[in-house]
Amino acid sequence: MDVEARGGNLDAVDTLSARDLAAALPDPVVIIDGRGAVLHANQPAGIAFGQIPRGTLLHHKFRTPEMQQLMGGLLRERKAATIDYAERVPIERAFRVCAMPVGSGGLFAIHFKDQSETRRIDRMRADFIANASHELRTPLASIAGFIETLRGPARNDEKARDNFLQIMQAQTERMARLIDDLLSLSRIEMKPYMRSQGEIDIGEVVAGVVESLGHLARESGVEIVFDRPASPMLAPGSRDELIQVFENLLENACKYGQAGGRIDITMAHSRAGPSPEVAVTVRDHGQGIAEEHIPRITERFYRVETGRAPKGTGLGLAIVKHILTRHEGRLTVKSKPGEGAAFTVHLPAG
Amino acid sequence: MNSQHIVRAYDDELATLGNRIAAMGGHAERMVDEAVGALINADVALARKVIADDIVLDEGQRWIDDRAILLIAKRQPMADDLREIIGTIRIAADLERVGDLGKSIAKRVVAVSDTRQPVQLFRGLEALATLALTQLKQVLDVYASRSIGAIAFMRDRDEEIDAMYTSLFRELLTYMMEDPRNISPCTHLLFCAKNIERIGDHATNIAETVYYVVTGEQLPLERPKEDKSHRVVLGSSSAS
Repeated sequence: MDVEARGGNLDAVDTLSARDLAAALPDPVVIIDGRGAVLHANQPAGIAFGQIPRGTLLHHKFRTPEMQQLMGGLLRERKAATIDYAERVPIERAFRVCAMPVGSGGLFAIHFKDQSETRRIDRMRADFIANASHELRTPLASIAGFIETLRGPARNDEKARDNFLQIMQAQTERMARLIDDLLSLSRIEMKPYMRSQGEIDIGEVVAGVVESLGHLARESGVEIVFDRPASPMLAPGSRDELIQVFENLLENACKYGQAGGRIDITMAHSRAGPSPEVAVTVRDHGQGIAEEHIPRITERFYRVETGRAPKGTGLGLAIVKHILTRHEGRLTVKSKPGEGAAFTVHLPAG
Repeated sequence: MNSQHIVRAYDDELATLGNRIAAMGGHAERMVDEAVGALINADVALARKVIADDIVLDEGQRWIDDRAILLIAKRQPMADDLREIIGTIRIAADLERVGDLGKSIAKRVVAVSDTRQPVQLFRGLEALATLALTQLKQVLDVYASRSIGAIAFMRDRDEEIDAMYTSLFRELLTYMMEDPRNISPCTHLLFCAKNIERIGDHATNIAETVYYVVTGEQLPLERPKEDKSHRVVLGSSSAS
């Protein structure tokens, strides 16, 4: 049985276009001309690197010294080569890049194979160990100190015992939360970086979070006022990750804005950024944040409070920021001491 | 035939300038990233590599200056082409400075890693470097894509870097006041932070140049400012 009889057409192989072939591949593929200008980028390339306008010089967009060398050899000597390409900001990524001449029309194909995972596993392991060992040591040392006191001088002091056990319980609870947060941050960092394709209704996400955190708000004695717009507010994104963003912000608002008694959540379409955005503001009326801390609060383990035992794990906002970076969104913070704090999530709409 | 050839050669010459800028950009990004990495991980060998690498950017800038002036003399470019050439001269100068600043950070690695420093000293610096590197990458991406839509917004991101720097300044001062033994490493780190903040400024300069090259117009000097109530103003220990 020959190919034609099975419905295939040998001639079609000869005339198959580069565009069709690139479209069939799951990895980013870019076709360039003899100057290095992009003629075609397939859909996975758009997802991985954003829209690459036609005519963009590839070695201007991917600039590492290795890439310059690869492109030089490719364009001057039509030499195929493979290199490793890595980006550290805004999200750490690594690719194995293969470049080769294709066909007789003076075209070249560049193929990107995502290698981020191996690299991320290494870094995550290092980060996790560094963070865990550093951040868990302090509460552990304090618990050890209390145990020593309880077994020694305070052995028969009932009042002190109760007091100490309470502190120890709070410390162990915080350690458990810290481990949870470290794990969830690692999990998010591990996930492959991809621009989300599906649009979701951010209003619905926020409403769900408001409902699920109702008990926490009641316990903290604050009322959540959510002004949900009548029409859906659509933005591409991962539902689970965005739920975590709003959970962390609302939990913080309950924790630090307790004194205000009320949390306002507002949503709007905004044009303040480089592209149209959906902006969600979580506003508390608590003690607020001093201006020198505002640029820093999304850093891991950055502490605004000094002296007292910290309330949070120091990771909540770091997680928020990381998720928003993955969504090409951002977090802005406005606050004055004594006037509460407003955290605004900006998500690119569509 | 002949005239076509001349135009092609001219185009090629312009393209070569642009290619060198892209290469310098990639090199500068790498240097800054490695310098900060060397500082955080107390990696003296990497720091030495960064210091040695700086010459590539110095050479790049000289090469571009020579070529650009030759091109202007030979082709007497007008409008777009002239802006393009002047733009490469300016961007090359900014990138060369970025390299110098990276090198200066690398030079301090030995002094800072003399004794092991606590990890929290570096967290803020790392965050500041991430901001500056992101800014530099985005600006150079715009140079590649020529889609200037995001530039005005990008320039405002520079203020974020400034605010972060000011906060870091205050934090490092606190460490110095807590323990005099911190003074020496923290002073070095303060200079490193200032260098990173300057890298952000150069990135902003490049953004303005790219905007000018593409549109032929300057970005307005005064830009609408959002509420700066959160901006840090220190009393006696004012930063910068």
